[in-house]
Amino acid sequence: MSGSAITMMVIGMVIIWGGLAASILNVVRVSRKS
Amino acid sequence: MENRQQWGSRYGFIMAAVGSAVGLGNIWRFPAVAYENGGGAFFLPYLFALLTAGIPILIMEFTMGHKYRGSAPLSLFRVNKKAEWLGWWQVLIAFVICTYYAVIVAWAIKYTIFSFGTQWGADPGKFLFGKVLKLSEKPGEIGSLVPGVVLPLLFVWAVTLFVLYKGVSKGIEKLNKIFLPTLVVMFMVIVVRAVTLDGAVEGLNAFFKPNWDMILNGKVWVAAYGQIFFSLSIGFAIMLTYSSYLPKKSDISNNAFITAFANSGFELLAGIGVFAALGFMAKQQGVPVDEVVSSGIGLAFVVFPSIINEFPGMNGLFGVLFFLSLVFAGMTSLISIVETFVAGVQEKFNVSRTKAVLTGGLVATVISLLFATNGGLYLLDVVDYFINNFGVVLAGLMEVLLIAWFFKELNGLQSHANGVSDIQIGSWWKVCISFVTPVVLGYMMFDNIRQNLKQNYENYPTSLILFAGLFVVGATIVIAILLSIKGWKSSANTAGKKEVA
Repeated sequence: MSGSAITMMVIGMVIIWGGLAASILNVVRVSRKS
Repeated sequence: MENRQQWGSRYGFIMAAVGSAVGLGNIWRFPAVAYENGGGAFFLPYLFALLTAGIPILIMEFTMGHKYRGSAPLSLFRVNKKAEWLGWWQVLIAFVICTYYAVIVAWAIKYTIFSFGTQWGADPGKFLFGKVLKLSEKPGEIGSLVPGVVLPLLFVWAVTLFVLYKGVSKGIEKLNKIFLPTLVVMFMVIVVRAVTLDGAVEGLNAFFKPNWDMILNGKVWVAAYGQIFFSLSIGFAIMLTYSSYLPKKSDISNNAFITAFANSGFELLAGIGVFAALGFMAKQQGVPVDEVVSSGIGLAFVVFPSIINEFPGMNGLFGVLFFLSLVFAGMTSLISIVETFVAGVQEKFNVSRTKAVLTGGLVATVISLLFATNGGLYLLDVVDYFINNFGVVLAGLMEVLLIAWFFKELNGLQSHANGVSDIQIGSWWKVCISFVTPVVLGYMMFDNIRQNLKQNYENYPTSLILFAGLFVVGATIVIAILLSIKGWKSSANTAGKKEVA
């Protein structure tokens, strides 16, 4: 795989799966607070 | 009138919403759309579309359902009685979609069985069109019913209607809590196997390699917005109906973010699995990856069986996993689509859920038989194209125009969402709904009309385009207007019940 392809793969994974993880973690954080 | 049902838990609602969004399009549409529109560079317009259209519209539909606590027609009636027709139009679009969507799920069930011993043989294309669908020679020839498709189709409808009859919490929620995690696990197994195949790296390289020259092409941006719009089940009553079953104290914005990112996350997973498998196939055949790239029905029922044929071992098992994934992804989406008109009929005519499920389901089952005929595939292709590109897009455009500009509902929806949500939405949300989304959807409509005036879709005969395309879309609008003129048999529309949440 070329460097640019690996970079785009990692960026896509971090933003999309990271966005999912962050929004789930936010639910956990808020429910613990309350 | 029965008491309005509710989701049993926040987790159950999220599972159902994600189950609705994750459908066949995630598996067979996204990978090819991304590849054809710049590969890795497509992520930029895709993420931009997700943040400026997907999530904002999802928040809007979740808020409308939660605030007005009704099916799409009832919620829009409660916004303004002049908007009820749009709710019915969205419900009727969902009705049309479910009639052919159920047929595709039926094919996937058949192929799950065919996977035992890879019964499609060395020529999966001939097997699909000749033996399974018994496709007529020319588009427009309906022919007779194909018993091999009718039987699994009736099974699909029986399961769907049973789940809906069981209700929101005991039926839809329970099924999604089982089907969605199972789907993710099955697909993960496929992806792990696919990326370890010989040639997978070439496939992934083709998928992720960015073509930055395409980033300034307007069509790429339209494709990104189209993918987000079609993939998230927005614009045709589903998310609005599902959120109307949320309890009073329920989060909206964070749920929308989870739903949207989970849907995109599955699309990304599907892209990795599909292109790794395509890379393997290209290597086996000694051709470049671009020669084997495919999408839609061809990818699922012709290319994938060919790939499974070439697998070094456990071919049948991976066939079962792949087609069962299609069945699970399809079923969770199909149930959400049918629920839109079950809820609409139940509230408009003040009938029990059982009656609404049986009458709506029976009519949908009978109409879906049209797609289980010799000419069913051609019919399906034309109806799918027109109902999505003219029905869903135009209904979505009308929705944002009516809510943002005609009835000026955005301030009320924003304060309602912020009143119950963990994540507060600011003026960026109103800008996206009022300006970005109408401009993009308006351009998509304009481009669709321009293309179709130039030449018939897929060069199908004009008679088929007129009947299966324009007539079907036109009929949904006319029936929607007629239904909105008819009065409500229930007391659901009374002012006292407005903004119940």
